[in-house]
Amino acid sequence: MKIKLGKEDIDSSLIQQIERVSGETIKRCYQCGNCSGGCPVSYAMEIPPTQVMRYLQLGMVEELMASNSMWVCVGCLQCFSRCPQSVSVANTLEGLRQLVLRKGEDHDRIEDIPLPMLKNAPQMAIVCGFRKFVS
Amino acid sequence: MKIPYYPGCTLNTVAKDFDTSAKESARAVGFEMEDLEQWNCCGASFPLTPDNIMGLTAPAKVLSEAKKAGDRLTTLCSVCYNVLKRTNKVLHDDKARRKSVNEFMEDDYDGSLDVVHYLEVLRDDIGFEKLKETVTKPLEGVKAGAYYGCMLLRPFDDIGIDNAEAPTVMEDMLKALGATPVDFPDKIECCGAHLAMNNKEVVQRLSGNVIASAANEGAEIIVTTCPLCQYNLEGTQESANADTPNVPIVYFTQLLGLALGQDAANLGFDNNGGATEKFLKKKGLI
Repeated sequence: MKIKLGKEDIDSSLIQQIERVSGETIKRCYQCGNCSGGCPVSYAMEIPPTQVMRYLQLGMVEELMASNSMWVCVGCLQCFSRCPQSVSVANTLEGLRQLVLRKGEDHDRIEDIPLPMLKNAPQMAIVCGFRKFVS
Repeated sequence: MKIPYYPGCTLNTVAKDFDTSAKESARAVGFEMEDLEQWNCCGASFPLTPDNIMGLTAPAKVLSEAKKAGDRLTTLCSVCYNVLKRTNKVLHDDKARRKSVNEFMEDDYDGSLDVVHYLEVLRDDIGFEKLKETVTKPLEGVKAGAYYGCMLLRPFDDIGIDNAEAPTVMEDMLKALGATPVDFPDKIECCGAHLAMNNKEVVQRLSGNVIASAANEGAEIIVTTCPLCQYNLEGTQESANADTPNVPIVYFTQLLGLALGQDAANLGFDNNGGATEKFLKKKGLI
């Protein structure tokens, strides 16, 4: 199978925007896999952390945005902590979330949060959740 | 010694026991925590994208208020500590972002505050040797697992309270209290944090792993620094479908207060899971 990969794929304006928002340089990742090894939620991601970076390097933003990975990342920074290249997949995924939220598209609806959760959970869970999932 | 103190939303309400046990213990070892006169929520998450200036304003406002009270600010909640310390570093190191935040707030805060965790005050100002001398009820025979989670440790370059892969500050404190610290592999793993809001499956798996990891190494009680870790760990134990060891989960300041001779009735053990009081009674500590 022949794969054609051009500058318009790997350095599209969308890729540039993701790098600008997240502050990460996507091409620094050399695919060692430490991030997926340390990530506590990679098992639940449709595209695990190392592959997140590869998808972006190949310009496959649409496929990545359609996966659950950015909404499952909890931002614990274990990926960044163990990256030999100082790349933060967590920051990259927050950048992708920001692209969605800044369009005003909420991932969660406040009215769907169960009442016992709102009553009993530490405020920090709700505040943080709103910041991550609601525009 | 007086140190300005930022309680944060959660310690002012559902984690009040964390706050009061810490303040009382501070008095016993020789320092006074003074609530900031005015404060707001820190935002409960440090914005991971550097172009998100807006996410810096809430913690920046807290830092600016704190600067009026002194040159140091202490806090207890791991998340507040993480957000305030990281924001402070941005405002100190990054001229452009400092300018944007200050313009928005009509302020001129420069990031010169020293943000320290309560554990750092115990370790660096008081000293664990001195703490040991102050203990009146040693926690003999208590095998305690120190659970750090994420926000107290990472990222190392911004936080630096301890080795991010193999921290010992809480174990050192537990030793000073007469307890036997138990090292366990998952002590720096995530509890699932804010996914409590929309992804219970992940939280129960992650928190369950942490509890099982501690129990496997022989921990009889788990010690935390974060109300959200506490909530997720206890919630996982209480959920009907979780097959999780029923190890008590407490704030480190509750054990600290106990060892320093505080009245156990004021330490909030009755608000912890049912196993806690039973365990402490068995050990002859309450």
